[in-house]
Amino acid sequence: MSRIARAFQNNKAFIAFITGGDPDLETTERLVPAMAEAGADIIEIGIPFSDPVAEGAVIQEANERALKAGCTIDKLFAAVARIRRRTQVPLLFMTYLNPVLAYGKEKFMRRCRECGIDGLIVPDMPYEERGELDGACKEYGIDLLSMIAPTSAERIKMIAADAKGFLYCVSSLGVTGVRERIETDLAALIDKARTVTTVPSAVGFGISTPKQAAGLAKIADGVIVGSAIVQLIAQFGRQSVKTVCEYVGIMKRSISVMTGG
Amino acid sequence: MRKGRFGPYGGQYIPETLMNAVGELEKEYERLKKDPDFQAELEHLLKHYAGRPSPLYYAGKMTRDLGGAKVYLKREDLNHTGSHKINNVLGQALLAKKMGKKRLIAETGAGQHGVATATAAALMDMECDIYMGKEDMERQALNVFRMELLNARVHPVTTGTMTLKDAVNETLREWASRMDDTHYVLGSVMGPHPFPTIVRDFQKVIGKEIKAQLLEAEGRLPDAIFACVGGGSNAIGAFYEFIEDTGVRLIGCEAAGLGIDTPQNAATIATGAVGVFHGMKSYFCQDEDGQIAPVYSISAGLDYPGIGPEHALLHDTGRAEYYAVTDEEAVSAFEYLSHTEGIIPAIESAHAVACALKIIPDMSKEQIAVINISGRGDKDVAAIARYKGVELYE
Repeated sequence: MSRIARAFQNNKAFIAFITGGDPDLETTERLVPAMAEAGADIIEIGIPFSDPVAEGAVIQEANERALKAGCTIDKLFAAVARIRRRTQVPLLFMTYLNPVLAYGKEKFMRRCRECGIDGLIVPDMPYEERGELDGACKEYGIDLLSMIAPTSAERIKMIAADAKGFLYCVSSLGVTGVRERIETDLAALIDKARTVTTVPSAVGFGISTPKQAAGLAKIADGVIVGSAIVQLIAQFGRQSVKTVCEYVGIMKRSISVMTGG
Repeated sequence: MRKGRFGPYGGQYIPETLMNAVGELEKEYERLKKDPDFQAELEHLLKHYAGRPSPLYYAGKMTRDLGGAKVYLKREDLNHTGSHKINNVLGQALLAKKMGKKRLIAETGAGQHGVATATAAALMDMECDIYMGKEDMERQALNVFRMELLNARVHPVTTGTMTLKDAVNETLREWASRMDDTHYVLGSVMGPHPFPTIVRDFQKVIGKEIKAQLLEAEGRLPDAIFACVGGGSNAIGAFYEFIEDTGVRLIGCEAAGLGIDTPQNAATIATGAVGVFHGMKSYFCQDEDGQIAPVYSISAGLDYPGIGPEHALLHDTGRAEYYAVTDEEAVSAFEYLSHTEGIIPAIESAHAVACALKIIPDMSKEQIAVINISGRGDKDVAAIARYKGVELYE
């Protein structure tokens, strides 16, 4: 069983996102094992990109900070390799397609495997364009995740049937960022997906409070939180590890209580 | 060839959230394209509202001065709103209206596409929001005021380089959050399928008219057509009708800014590499890590790090040629056309003029060259004055 599948085995999964190299790689290296310790079941690391079109202001700014601090793909791979020696938590890369193509997709996937990356999320590569990376991912044993959105409608079955790792369910229209309310009928979305796949479903975009997370954990197998964590990193910078871990602990408990875990 | 592809280029590299919106757009466009009522309505607007056909003017003084091919200027600058952008905008706005959309959003660089979109929105009683880089708002303050006069809201984009690419990012983000009542009027032959095809179809009227007008005036096809290229909509519009006519040289003129040997350029074909960005696979100015480069040109309309996918293919096959033109050459051509023919071209179009000034003298007197004057230069006068160190007081 893969590390990702194990993360969903006994409980609802709490999936934490940070931007790699924000505010610097040294902080990323401290944050990831600490978040795993604090309760994060899977950690998603964003490869900073100059033009992150799926992101709201909070993560856009994190990308800018990371690039200004000199984060490159090679440096990030090296940091992940060191992180992997300290934790067995499943690690995902979230990246736009262009950096992967520029790096060379074969070389990119080989480095992912060498450094202990388990899966890949590419927000600007929808189902129709998965052929760009599908082959290389399979060759190197990297799960290429699929995403469904509130607008996916009749596309859901086609997308979910192909899902690897877990199915990333986008909670709302728009870009990443904290939202007061999530209005999509996610239960219907996830039910539709479950008719064609057995991989777990996790909901992301807009989630920040324990109450939201607890509510979503009733219908999904996991909850993804990004902007709320990145906001803490923006606020506390290199001193953010303690605050982030407290927050991760609270969020993890909020989705564990209801399953008795 | 896969759907929405130009050879290996094009495609639909966008977040899942937008996939149904582009699918719906494609379906509706395919339907309306064949609808005679839609076509008649668009033709009526192009003729009576935009002022088409635009003249193909024989530039006698320029011809004599250069001593090479006969020079014709395609006067897209005389269209309503002052550039070729209105051709595409009227088409897309009408399409959006038929799809039941109530609101138009668009990115703009120089402001010409924003003005054209605001105009169509006013005409068709639609709401309008324009996204424009903060730096471009300063460079093109007059166009910002024009858009507001037309009842559009202009939103400054303060991320990244605060120019055209960032305005596209922001408009894509806005569309992803509100697509049920909103159509994104993409301004160039770029972005995800079906935009490169839709925009080309609405712009190909330029080349069709050139062909008919030149056949009437000279009884034959041109030997070369010059057009400036940012995303590439006026160029594809001028070229498309002639792609099969292989005797016609198709010459695209990119912005070299301070020079292609400096980082301050926007010459995608000269300095870019194949990649994926803004929904399409094409050539992009980028670094070795795939980060999109902060490009530069004096022309806000050409200040874009990519090029439309159909141009990428025309470049690869060699059917079209692409040359880079510096700020200095463009400003000099801007002045040249003003002095010689009494026509002040947009600084974007001046890039095509500059390239033509280098090539036409080496052509023979029996040959014919057409330069697409994609827009008029009123909006650029203040910026050119600044460039020349002249202070203007209003």
